[in-house]
Amino acid sequence: MANDTVKRTLTVAFLLCIVCSVLVSTAAVKLKPLQEKNKALSTKRNILQAAGLLEEGKDIDQMFSKIQIKIVDLASGEFDENIDTAKYDQKAAAKDPALSIRIPGDKDIAKIKRRAKKVPVYLVQEDGKLQTIILPIHGKGLWSTMYAFLALEGDANTVKGYTFYDHGETPGLGGEVDNPLWKQQWVGKKLFDKDWRLAVKVLKGRVNLKKPEAIHQADGLSGATLTGVGVDNLMQYWLSENGFGKFLIRIRNSGGGNG
Amino acid sequence: MAKITKVLFDPIFKENPIALQILGICSALAVTSKMDTVIVMTLALIFVTSLSNLSVSLIRNYIPTNIRIIAQMTIIASLVIIVDQLLKAYAFSISKQLSVYVGLIITNCIVMGRAEAYAMKNGPWMSFLDGLGNALGYGLILFIVGFFRELFGSGKLLGFNILKPITEGGWYPTNGLLLLPPSAFFLIGFIIWALRTWKKDQVEEEN
Repeated sequence: MANDTVKRTLTVAFLLCIVCSVLVSTAAVKLKPLQEKNKALSTKRNILQAAGLLEEGKDIDQMFSKIQIKIVDLASGEFDENIDTAKYDQKAAAKDPALSIRIPGDKDIAKIKRRAKKVPVYLVQEDGKLQTIILPIHGKGLWSTMYAFLALEGDANTVKGYTFYDHGETPGLGGEVDNPLWKQQWVGKKLFDKDWRLAVKVLKGRVNLKKPEAIHQADGLSGATLTGVGVDNLMQYWLSENGFGKFLIRIRNSGGGNG
Repeated sequence: MAKITKVLFDPIFKENPIALQILGICSALAVTSKMDTVIVMTLALIFVTSLSNLSVSLIRNYIPTNIRIIAQMTIIASLVIIVDQLLKAYAFSISKQLSVYVGLIITNCIVMGRAEAYAMKNGPWMSFLDGLGNALGYGLILFIVGFFRELFGSGKLLGFNILKPITEGGWYPTNGLLLLPPSAFFLIGFIIWALRTWKKDQVEEEN
């Protein structure tokens, strides 16, 4: 057949690829602004959900107006007021050598290699009193980097909500980190023990609720031991003094005041 | 006219891609725990299958035989990426729920099977209808499975409470098994049984 000459084969393959790539790239470029907008809305939605402030059917931007964004310098635990919070991009900063630090291998329990020096936190205040602190945290699971918002009460210890909003774990197994039931069990857990040592732990299997340490422990995910280990590791890192530790101490010492 | 009806409606009961040809089972298990994902998945598959059949048929006389599978894949993959981008832009939360399964339409045997078996040999209009018919046949099974799984698994349809579950203060003990993918195997099995009792010619001969 005339179609099967080498020249013909290459020409058809070439033309087909050109047409398809034009279609695909047009779709990708044209739809990008809408997708970005959706992504931003979805981030706000997740923050509200972690804080327990999400009400279905209400305008996300309006609900989000209760939330204050601050940038924290993790080395000191102090707020940095000189940065425009609307423009600050933690993911971009984590890649920029000037704005990030390399985490030494033995300290890198969350396996994220680099982290931004300054990280946004989201605060909810009512009548001058700090109600909720929402920390963005991330770390490696089995396959992917998992991104989460961890919401704490004003005491910087009690978990108010936890949402994993971006991950690529196996759907149905590790992907259950975003299962509402699994996330629900975190509510009320304490991160630190009475001597303010980090005590939170993700178990393999179920928590024995009769034991006193159950208040610090969460069920693992069945069929996804390594994802559970990842969740544990990323909490160990971000809540330690290498992560939000100094910031949390500062909040605690100010007695849950106006931070 | 008779031919159009045949091409369009045969795949729905007579030659259903899931029930008779046992194709596309993977996504039929994965996306049927809720009706809204079922609807979006069906629409996505209708879009991809009918348009891929149409485009393959349009260029069928130019595709060299030795690269025909790759050529079909290129067309299918491009269409799937476009669907994925559209979903991310206009139905963000559903596209998150469907996660990888939109991308996996590329490997859905129905799409590729129709391109290779029908669109390579028939005209564009007929191929388009054949793709549409097969996607509808796939969608029908998804709807039935999704209906039972959502109704009895979580007591809801399209997110609205029908049988009020105990967890929300109602009376209905939800059936957790139905929310897990394996339950779709049972349901599809029952559908195939019912279909073959009705249409005896679908029963395979025993050796």
